[in-house]
Amino acid sequence: MNGVHDMGGMHGMGPVKHEKDEPVFHAPWEGRVFAMTRVVRAGGGRQNLDNSRHQLEVLPPEEYLRMSYYERWFARLVDQLLKNGVITQAELENGRPSPDSSKAIPAVTAEMVPVMVARRNSARRNVAVSPHFKVGQRVRARNIHPTGHTRLPRYARGKTGVIVRDHGVFLFPDTNAAFLGEKPQHVYSVKFTARELWGNDASPRDSIHLDMWDDYLERA
Amino acid sequence: MAKSKTRHVGRRGFIKGAAASAAALAAESRMHATQDPHDHDHDHQAIPSDVALRVKALESLLVDKGFVDRAALDAIVDTYETKIGPRNGARVVARAWVDPAYKKRLLTDATAAIAELGYVGGQGEDMVVLENGPKLHNLVVCTLCSCYPWPILGLPPVWYKSAAYRSRAVIDPRGVLREFGLELPEDAEIRVWDSTAELRYLVLPERPAGTENMTEEALAELVTRDSMVGVAKVTLSKPGGTA
Repeated sequence: MNGVHDMGGMHGMGPVKHEKDEPVFHAPWEGRVFAMTRVVRAGGGRQNLDNSRHQLEVLPPEEYLRMSYYERWFARLVDQLLKNGVITQAELENGRPSPDSSKAIPAVTAEMVPVMVARRNSARRNVAVSPHFKVGQRVRARNIHPTGHTRLPRYARGKTGVIVRDHGVFLFPDTNAAFLGEKPQHVYSVKFTARELWGNDASPRDSIHLDMWDDYLERA
Repeated sequence: MAKSKTRHVGRRGFIKGAAASAAALAAESRMHATQDPHDHDHDHQAIPSDVALRVKALESLLVDKGFVDRAALDAIVDTYETKIGPRNGARVVARAWVDPAYKKRLLTDATAAIAELGYVGGQGEDMVVLENGPKLHNLVVCTLCSCYPWPILGLPPVWYKSAAYRSRAVIDPRGVLREFGLELPEDAEIRVWDSTAELRYLVLPERPAGTENMTEEALAELVTRDSMVGVAKVTLSKPGGTA
């Protein structure tokens, strides 16, 4: 979707503020939100990483920009718990379990955490899918505007670049986020010159590389 | 107030959730103080000031329901605060500086080479390492969200997730680097890597001159987080606060 999360190339966001000796979490609640999100993901249900990202993208733009990073995560967490039926609206409002709810068993215990954080959950798929393009080939990013989740930023659409690396076959986020299947396909590193993307005021030496799926590309 | 309620509660489930969890907080605080229970719309608008309490209320609910083990949350927080962080990436960089065979493996199959040092896990499943040189500077960003190689750099700093960095790194990389105190010569080439897929990028910075006799461990101490994202170079006198 053409959302406010798709920030590449926007103006007006101010200088980059670098914090000296920055802590991992700026307040305990940030760590709790991060940890609860991890535990909820480990608990299963109708969810995946791409859908999870999309849940942040559909925050109203004024909320998205106003909220801090972990405030966005908290809004998403509450929504996912309600949608997956882990908690009910009434329980959220009362702050305690409803009398008729059965007690669950935690999906993740402290002993399981080292294994959980070390677990690989790759989006790579070991299936035989032919690549549509090859290294060295010129390609154009499609001028498409999907209303759902996509990883094709606006700033690259319609622009021409060169395939510099074939990363292999990965699941496709646009369909995966909508629970419409993994649609595995090749992902390439595509090099765009800074001048192709930003015009002749950009440095003639600089380039921007994006990782792009076959479905994002056409022959140039 | 009425307008705000219509907008938040009517439109989106997650905002409904956020407002409702503010209501949970309001319910809880009634035990301690006199508070109008219909005040929850107001609470929602004041997210920054009461979010800590609302998070606490949610955690208590999930613990009471048996869905969450508090000790597991403690362990996850402790893992990312003390165990998984940029020291891991620094060891990878230092090894590459002293061991040419390792460096070659790192540049051809980064995932396997990084796993040799024991660094594996979520958000580091498929790694790519980018080598900086005297005239070539790589810079990593995620314009769409916050993709970052967790197992070797830990969780991303606020600036990496900020609108300022995400918007400008691709259109004005030299200006961004200047704000980090790094002025690159005109004839240097900058390659920006926008992490749009599930590949995660680590910059292999240049080894500074004058470090020829240093041990691998001492070299690792020089390597900063910022140098592995590409917004800084590694220097002999490590600047404070960029680890």
